[in-house]
Amino acid sequence: MAEPCAELHVVENLHLSLPDMTRKPIFGAAPRIEILRGISFALAKGSVVGIVGGSGSGKSTLGRAMVRLLEPTGGRVLFDGIDITHRGEAGLRPLRRRFQMIFQDPTSSLNPRHRVRTIIAEPLRLHGFADIDARVVRALDQVGLAREMAGRFPHELSGGQRQRVGIARAIALEPDFILADEIVSGLDVSSQAQVLNLLERLVRDLGLTLAFISHDLSVIRRLCSRVIVLRQGAVVEDRPTADLFAAPAAEYTRELLASIPLPDPDQTWG
Amino acid sequence: MSFLTIRNLSAELKGHGVPLLRRVSLQVAAGEVRGLVGESGAGKSMIGKAILGILPRAVAITGGEILLDGVDLLQLPPAQRRRRIGASAALIPQDPLTALNPSRRIGGQITDRLVDILGWQRARAEARARELLAEVQIAEPERVLRSYPHELSGGMRQRILIASAFAAEPRLIVADEPTTALDVTVQKQILKLIQAMQARHGTALLFVTHDLGVVSKVCQKLSVLYAGMVVEDTEVRPFFAGPKHAYSAALLAATPKYTDPAASLQPVPEAVIEAVRREVADADRRAGHG
Repeated sequence: MAEPCAELHVVENLHLSLPDMTRKPIFGAAPRIEILRGISFALAKGSVVGIVGGSGSGKSTLGRAMVRLLEPTGGRVLFDGIDITHRGEAGLRPLRRRFQMIFQDPTSSLNPRHRVRTIIAEPLRLHGFADIDARVVRALDQVGLAREMAGRFPHELSGGQRQRVGIARAIALEPDFILADEIVSGLDVSSQAQVLNLLERLVRDLGLTLAFISHDLSVIRRLCSRVIVLRQGAVVEDRPTADLFAAPAAEYTRELLASIPLPDPDQTWG
Repeated sequence: MSFLTIRNLSAELKGHGVPLLRRVSLQVAAGEVRGLVGESGAGKSMIGKAILGILPRAVAITGGEILLDGVDLLQLPPAQRRRRIGASAALIPQDPLTALNPSRRIGGQITDRLVDILGWQRARAEARARELLAEVQIAEPERVLRSYPHELSGGMRQRILIASAFAAEPRLIVADEPTTALDVTVQKQILKLIQAMQARHGTALLFVTHDLGVVSKVCQKLSVLYAGMVVEDTEVRPFFAGPKHAYSAALLAATPKYTDPAASLQPVPEAVIEAVRREVADADRRAGHG
């Protein structure tokens, strides 16, 4: 495509099914379960979009399909106008730098045998960056980690610090798009607030496009300007955040909101 | 007289002298729910484990009392202590998947405790298990009793652990983050269920959680912990109207509240952390000088 498009990430009628290994017979193929059932939306450049849903709604699968850690079984995924739906790994490699993912559990997504420096430097090396040391230092600065943390191992860090390393690893590559999958749900409220502040700042300063997967609508309200609500692999509501909170349209969204225990003993929590 | 009274309970990491609990005192009366809140590492689960006698080997209790119905557990010989805890207290654990044995059917996992610890006849224990599953609103108790844990959803597994905790009619239950692994709609059902069961059985409930939203729904009283020290011990209503301690106030301001985005999800300020750390150090010094 000659011109860069205003829509960075487009998902069209996305379907994804996976074999259900819990029902696999001893011989023969496992039956397939439909996880995503025809999802469509477009993310504008520079937008921050929340993707919310209960467990099993398909939100993580959707995220993984968007950054092509999974291959969709139907529909299309377009990144900056390029169809990446069925691209092989070799074809994806030059694009991978541009869409990064931050994972839910920093303990399992950071190599326990590597120091923070190596964890951040490795993808830089793979993508052929020069002056790697300087970039590692800059990434640490950007996420508010002291430079001496570069010499630490993940187990020597707190949960909030580990999550910052995950963020540093992603932004060091100067991506256009970041997918964050439940990245604050394992953190204490205070670290949660700090990481949200950090993301807010990075999105603003670096002009990132962010898809933020979460089960927590309070967190999404704080960070995102638009919310996509998923239920059983389909979009039930997709609206600007302010509208959604003012008057949730879908029954399921209302149920999600009503289930949140607010820190307020007077809330009617029928 | 409270069913559970903890007085000046202190614990440390063996051989390192690192304090984990600092002169913790709290009470839970029959029929009452007390929330135990704090950030990770504050020692909230540690208190629950100390009561139930399941502290990790590396942790030593260095002082204080844990009174269950007026009897100090720490003064009892181990065998007697275990019997006393087994007969009067139970745990609702955090992760229903790791708390259940994956290779055994649900039925046996509920009845074992009744047969082995309380010496019930198997038939009586089985009848009780069916009754309990009905009480936690499981639709097909017979089928579920024959199921393996992986065949059930997270919410269903948590219902089973609740049933199992209430099985022997304990007078105290420690619930350790029982809904952290669940999504909000299921969390609500499970919290309502725990509340209803607790009220019906008149159980004293110590509810360990990091979520002040949950505390405001389930508890009447709460203790806020920082670095193993209780910084505030209060009732729920006055607490949410205005916490007394600066650290608790900061913790409340950090709690997500979608109805008030501007005044929630605020990081705990450095100054507040420094002040509470000083307070902990001062308290340690005073205790050191006896």
